[in-house]
Amino acid sequence: MLLIVEDPTAFTGCFVIHLFEEISLLTFSFLFSSLFSLPSLSLSLFHSLLPFLSLLLTLSLSSQPLPSHPAAPPEHAKEPLAYMRKAQVNWEKRILKSLNSMCTELGVPLARKRPAVEQKELTNKWNEMGTDEPGKWTSSQSICSDRRLNTPSYSISHDSQVLISLRNPNHDSSEEASAKSHWGLIQVPLHDRDIPQMREAYSELSLTTGQLGIDDHTHVPPGKTRLICTELAFCQDSAAAQQYSRQGCPTGLRADLWALILNSTNEPEDVMHYEQLKAGVIHHDLLVDNLIYKDVKLTASNDDYYFVFEDFLYQVLLCFSRDTAVLEHFSYNSATPPKSYIQGKVGVEEFAVVYPPNGVIPFHGFSMYVAPLCFLYNEPSKLYSVFREMYVRYFFRLVCVCSKCVYTVCGIVSLCLQFERLLQTHLPQLFYHLREIGAQPLRIAFKWMVRAFSGYLSTDQLLLLWDRILGYDSLEIVAVLAAAVFAFRAENLMEVTSLTSAEAVLADLSTLKVMPLIQIFLFATVI
Amino acid sequence: MFITRVRVCVHVCVRETLGGTMANKVKWVTDIEKSVLINNFEKRGWTQVTESEDWNFYWMSVQTIRNVFSVDTGYRLSDEQMVNHFPNHYELTRKDLMIKNIKRYRKDMEKEGSPLAEKDENGKYLYLDFVPVTFMLPADYNLFVEEFRKSPSSTWIMKPCGKAQGKGIFLINKLSQIKKWSRDSRTSTFVAASSGKEAYVISLYIDNPLLIGGKKFDLRLYVLVTTYRPLKCYMYKLGFCRFCTVKYTPSTSELDNMFVHLTNVAIQRHGDDYNHVHGGKWTVSNLRLYLESTRGKEVTSRLFDQIHWIMVQSLKAVAVSGHTHIRKQKRVPHFIPAVLQLLFPFSLLSHTLNTLTSLSRLNTHALSSSPSPSLSSQPVMNNDKHCFECYGYDIIIDDKLKPWLIEVNASPSLTSSTANDRILKYNLINDTLNIVTPNGDIPDCRWNRSPPREALGNYQVLYDEEQALSENVERDLRSRSGQSLGSKGMAKGGTGPRPAAATWK
Repeated sequence: MLLIVEDPTAFTGCFVIHLFEEISLLTFSFLFSSLFSLPSLSLSLFHSLLPFLSLLLTLSLSSQPLPSHPAAPPEHAKEPLAYMRKAQVNWEKRILKSLNSMCTELGVPLARKRPAVEQKELTNKWNEMGTDEPGKWTSSQSICSDRRLNTPSYSISHDSQVLISLRNPNHDSSEEASAKSHWGLIQVPLHDRDIPQMREAYSELSLTTGQLGIDDHTHVPPGKTRLICTELAFCQDSAAAQQYSRQGCPTGLRADLWALILNSTNEPEDVMHYEQLKAGVIHHDLLVDNLIYKDVKLTASNDDYYFVFEDFLYQVLLCFSRDTAVLEHFSYNSATPPKSYIQGKVGVEEFAVVYPPNGVIPFHGFSMYVAPLCFLYNEPSKLYSVFREMYVRYFFRLVCVCSKCVYTVCGIVSLCLQFERLLQTHLPQLFYHLREIGAQPLRIAFKWMVRAFSGYLSTDQLLLLWDRILGYDSLEIVAVLAAAVFAFRAENLMEVTSLTSAEAVLADLSTLKVMPLIQIFLFATVI
Repeated sequence: MFITRVRVCVHVCVRETLGGTMANKVKWVTDIEKSVLINNFEKRGWTQVTESEDWNFYWMSVQTIRNVFSVDTGYRLSDEQMVNHFPNHYELTRKDLMIKNIKRYRKDMEKEGSPLAEKDENGKYLYLDFVPVTFMLPADYNLFVEEFRKSPSSTWIMKPCGKAQGKGIFLINKLSQIKKWSRDSRTSTFVAASSGKEAYVISLYIDNPLLIGGKKFDLRLYVLVTTYRPLKCYMYKLGFCRFCTVKYTPSTSELDNMFVHLTNVAIQRHGDDYNHVHGGKWTVSNLRLYLESTRGKEVTSRLFDQIHWIMVQSLKAVAVSGHTHIRKQKRVPHFIPAVLQLLFPFSLLSHTLNTLTSLSRLNTHALSSSPSPSLSSQPVMNNDKHCFECYGYDIIIDDKLKPWLIEVNASPSLTSSTANDRILKYNLINDTLNIVTPNGDIPDCRWNRSPPREALGNYQVLYDEEQALSENVERDLRSRSGQSLGSKGMAKGGTGPRPAAATWK
């Protein structure tokens, strides 16, 4: 779907986030010439429309009837709780605000067609976009590399604020001080699982079951007999592969197993799709490219594990931003893709397009979702399709405020809640101590969880963790690990007296072995 | 965090035990002012003295070692003195001599009829083809031209024999370039005055390196040798890959761009894209994870086994002369299979041999046609008992996952380019000292050179000739008597815990 069309009557409120006032005459004339050659709302409309997006960006917001109402808009079906929806909107607002301020500051349009010369240049430089050489792919634009790097940063870690401010108006918080009440920052009565429930759910991680990441060096596979992995890969059984992944994938077979679990094929049509996206990147320049460029430069390029994959990250992320197939996930995501309208047609749905084309505005640290996958796939099209699948299945939930994610699907809110509950049940003393000194555990753990630990753990350990995300089809394990890390460092944490020193104790996670931590936390602790 | 704490505790203990023996503190000197060295000496409570005083431990540059062992200025080292180089380490660490010794070693093995020197139908060594085709210049000029004409499109790399850190290196792909160089160096009064003629090696350039993220890299791995006869060497687990900052291209138009071709940090540091956070360094464990994930576990293990093989063979090339081998071979009939089995885990043996066969791509008969020095019964390396040496091995992996030995450095850089680099090099020196000066005591050059396994730190035994031979004899006895490890093995084991395997696995 290229255009999100809503019922105009339901469209009661629409506020313009930002108007681009400094539109050069050049852009105008370009705009008009393209306008008249527009093929009317065909599927290829999107690319022709891109130049117009520079005019203004609006976000549609609605206050609408109850979910049960037949005229209920899709967001309501997706997220029935009004206060959650509100939080989601605030969240999106922050992202858009940052994008808009960047637009203003740089004085660049949201999207524009690249001149032929620049297209050719970019084609040649496709494999080395990270190289800052004279004549690099952005040189012919008004944005020089310095300005790209100076773009205002949008950092997701500040977004714990949005979550912390989540309060259910109907929820009675008068029992605030009692021992049974929840001491954490997240004050939402979402359902979460306790340890016995978790033990049942994660039975494959129990002490008697063989785990890759713990028992790697034992020759006999301990516990339950596991299928011979190669057989599994041959028989192409996605469900079996998923079950297998719960105990960890062997390094040499992980790439195939993950692709199998995610049903990510590398058929000629997948390769072609990737090539089309690549062509899209070459033809049009998007403002969000600056965000991508900046994010990679600030995160992966400086990372001991991932810097070698810098160029792969540009390729994958630039293509991702133009992939309208990603939009499908908004049907089950409570978020609303940002839209922009042609000037003068604000709120008129026929003139609305999703911006950026995939509806996902990258934030600081976004590239860390891709980076670990570069260890598994050295073919860009394969890497791309696995990443996209990972995003629409799991990672989008980390930037989505949504109450639905309770059992099998976990959004960031329930992860935060789960983390706090686990910690409070397991280590009430530690929780209380940290809370008293002003080091709320979530303030530290939020950044780990929002990146699913990417960039914090060593890559081998991270992949073992992600094995379990895929195996259990849930991000919940991320919250368990976050709590387990606190438990592991509990002794040191009990001695600290400030947030800064607590952060220092938990600064380096690269030496941790994730599976022993999770196993001990879930199964070897008396509750 | 946790690990650091444990380390601190150990340091305190070391200090306390040393405190009781103040008079017997090690007196150290160094002419390399690097914090990773000095911090390690100070941590052990050793005392710094000057070169002219009585010293026990001298970490010196290669220039100084020349003076220590020179006929004119040299002096006798006492039993309580230890230095970090072998007197003629340059047999291994100078580019031209390393090649010369490896060529000679291969010839020797061939003359002995050793299966290690086996060749394929094209005349390539199956197991000893691990250095790129190389010639000395100007000495082997004619041989080079002959080889060049066979494959005129190939690229060659010129390196001055005595220089390091990528200095004086350039690439050529036309004979005219070498002719021009030859003319220039002949007329250059500077070169003529200083050393007669500066010696160069010219090697076939590995123009199909394995690329990761589109970039070229090489491996820097550390190997510690405590004695050459018997050969005892250790491999450091924490090596790293050094990446070029610029995309690799085999295109001849970029032959002059050293940022594309040379991985030396000394070169790359000056590039616009050099990153000071990671310094273009990627750990070997990252490389292993990447290769196992993308290419499979089996080929990755094979690659690392081949790297270990290269290291041991290069050390053997300078450790012994051919005659010693002949004697050994006669005494132990199972010598060759035994060595192979010791160097490769059983399960991987056949694979390794197969790969070695299939991966030998480069034509090496040019190498073997170079005149080899006359055979002598004198071993190459002077196995001075006061010496140990920590080498920096440079290895390039090609896109067929075959490793190539590029060179061996006697003084691998102890400069720390990043925070992680500092930790690595500090630990390297720490682990080295733990092996060569057990317990931080005053060195005794008659020490048994058999550190306990727990003292190895991040080192692992690469090859222990003593142990390998004793295991051979054991295996020999076993196979002859046709019994499994019976009373003999038990009797041996009775004296203490059974020694760990003599190899790295």
